[in-house]
Amino acid sequence: MHDMTHGTTDERTAIRLDRIRKSYPGQTRAAVEDLSLEIPEGRIVVFVGPSGCGKTTTMKLINRLIEPTSGRIHLDGTDVTEMPAHQLRRRIGYAIQQTGLFPHRTVADNIATVPKMLGWNKARVTARVDELLQLVGLEPGTFRARYPKQLSGGQQQRVGVARALGGDPQVLLMDEPFGAIDPLNREALQNEFLRIQSQVRKTIVFVTHDIDEAVRMGDRIALFSQGGRVAQYDTPENILAEPADGYVADFIGAGASVRRLSLLLLGELAVPDWPVIGQSADDAEVAAAAARCARDRLLVLDADRRPTSWVPLFGPDRERGEKLPVQGSMGPRDSLFDALDHMLSTNTSVVAVVDEEGRHRGALEMDSVRSLINTAGRREPSGPPQEV
Amino acid sequence: MSFFEFLAGNWTDVLEATLAHAVLVLEALGLAVLVGVPLAFLTYRTTAPRAAVLGAAGIFLTIPSYALFGLLIAPLGLGRGPSVLALTLYALLPVIRNTVVGLRELDPAVIESARAMGMGRLRMLATVELPLAWPVLLTGLRVAAQLLLGIAAIAAAVNGPGLGNLILDGLATAGTPFAIYLTIEGAAGIVVLAVVFDLLFAAVNRLTTPRGFGA
Repeated sequence: MHDMTHGTTDERTAIRLDRIRKSYPGQTRAAVEDLSLEIPEGRIVVFVGPSGCGKTTTMKLINRLIEPTSGRIHLDGTDVTEMPAHQLRRRIGYAIQQTGLFPHRTVADNIATVPKMLGWNKARVTARVDELLQLVGLEPGTFRARYPKQLSGGQQQRVGVARALGGDPQVLLMDEPFGAIDPLNREALQNEFLRIQSQVRKTIVFVTHDIDEAVRMGDRIALFSQGGRVAQYDTPENILAEPADGYVADFIGAGASVRRLSLLLLGELAVPDWPVIGQSADDAEVAAAAARCARDRLLVLDADRRPTSWVPLFGPDRERGEKLPVQGSMGPRDSLFDALDHMLSTNTSVVAVVDEEGRHRGALEMDSVRSLINTAGRREPSGPPQEV
Repeated sequence: MSFFEFLAGNWTDVLEATLAHAVLVLEALGLAVLVGVPLAFLTYRTTAPRAAVLGAAGIFLTIPSYALFGLLIAPLGLGRGPSVLALTLYALLPVIRNTVVGLRELDPAVIESARAMGMGRLRMLATVELPLAWPVLLTGLRVAAQLLLGIAAIAAAVNGPGLGNLILDGLATAGTPFAIYLTIEGAAGIVVLAVVFDLLFAAVNRLTTPRGFGA
């Protein structure tokens, strides 16, 4: 067995599955077989795997929508079977792909479902509804009184998340919440959800069959194989870098190295510097700067040190004396994947990197991307550093 | 004497019979709801009990109405008793079946969400399932009402109230000058009631269907 307790030891365990087994009468194979798992507080743990692998079943065991055949589930150290199911469930948010919004109730009433059951007074419920609508990016004045049918799919999903957060639960269970959204909006919702999570810091169990989504959303990934067995439980970085076995390697697929790029955020990397000149530099200064560096272009900064354009030093562009537009720069929240994608889609060999305020940090070329990948790959002290 | 002259002479009798007819149907409908809806709630998630309940309700509907009214004379005597009970039995199938269908066709994701949010069984029934199944249930009541309005005419055969008495009087005096007028009055009263009931159900449907259902 592999180690189930990766990560630092000061992490509190919010949910502990202890030797869980779930079998159905008449089926020879258990849906979940002897599963033990610790879910740390305030983190997103993604259950990922092919359909029928038991990941949704395992999730539903936590709020007792399904009762285990044997084994124990502890929530904050308490056995979940020690309290009535309906009380347990009011402490656990639940959001699913089909949203399950009540079609006969307004958005506000949907979100107020759990707060009302918890006996909050009217003023508190109203305030909570507005707070949550704001949190998920829906203007309360516009959306409060609407019915689910009057919303787009993405808006319904936001309301679903707001409703799941209604009673301020410590734990959130989410079953493919963005699975029915088109790819473009899905990515926006995923990012939005990560932003929300950075504010609310819930313990989240997130079920998906999409390894890309798992890598993007998860602090941890539990990769399920058939029969509710966890083939590997680790950070996305470690799973992509060191798949535990052939099954995991197959599931994450051929693109694992490329996927890892999306985990490497520029804000966390040492971006190489790039020769710059001021906007008002004259030809002599450009020539002097060019002489000092071995690059094919200089980055022009304005008075606030924001990149404005490139000055090419060689080739036909140079002869025309034209400056080239920056064509978008990469911020600290962008990943190496984004930087590479930008280079390929704009057909440029170099991309400017800026800080949170849009000020110059440096620039990336293909070569520097490669060396960053190599250094980042050695963040885990798994062996002696190698020469690049 | 023309039909309208005849009607001018006995319109109070016709009105009285029409009201009695409507009350009879509403009583039976009410009883069918009181019996049928709980039966539907208790059995809609099961297989064998649901089939048994629907099967039994279906059998009532196949008994010829004359026979059923007559059979009930033995235990209940003549008059209102057997009339209301017979009509109730006829209404059970549309009421139960539509309630069951309405409940079974609810979006499973909605039901699962309600459970997952910690709703108890009764709260879920009252605040989620019943409101959502209501339009289908109401359609069942509408069908049952139309069915009962016609069958209720037979009640006269067991000395029950309603427009059947006019029709029966007409048939009993067939060949006499105004017999046909009596029968027409009885039949027309039922038709008018059917139209009125339908309009009322349409109004209730409009007033009580949750707004979120709008297309």
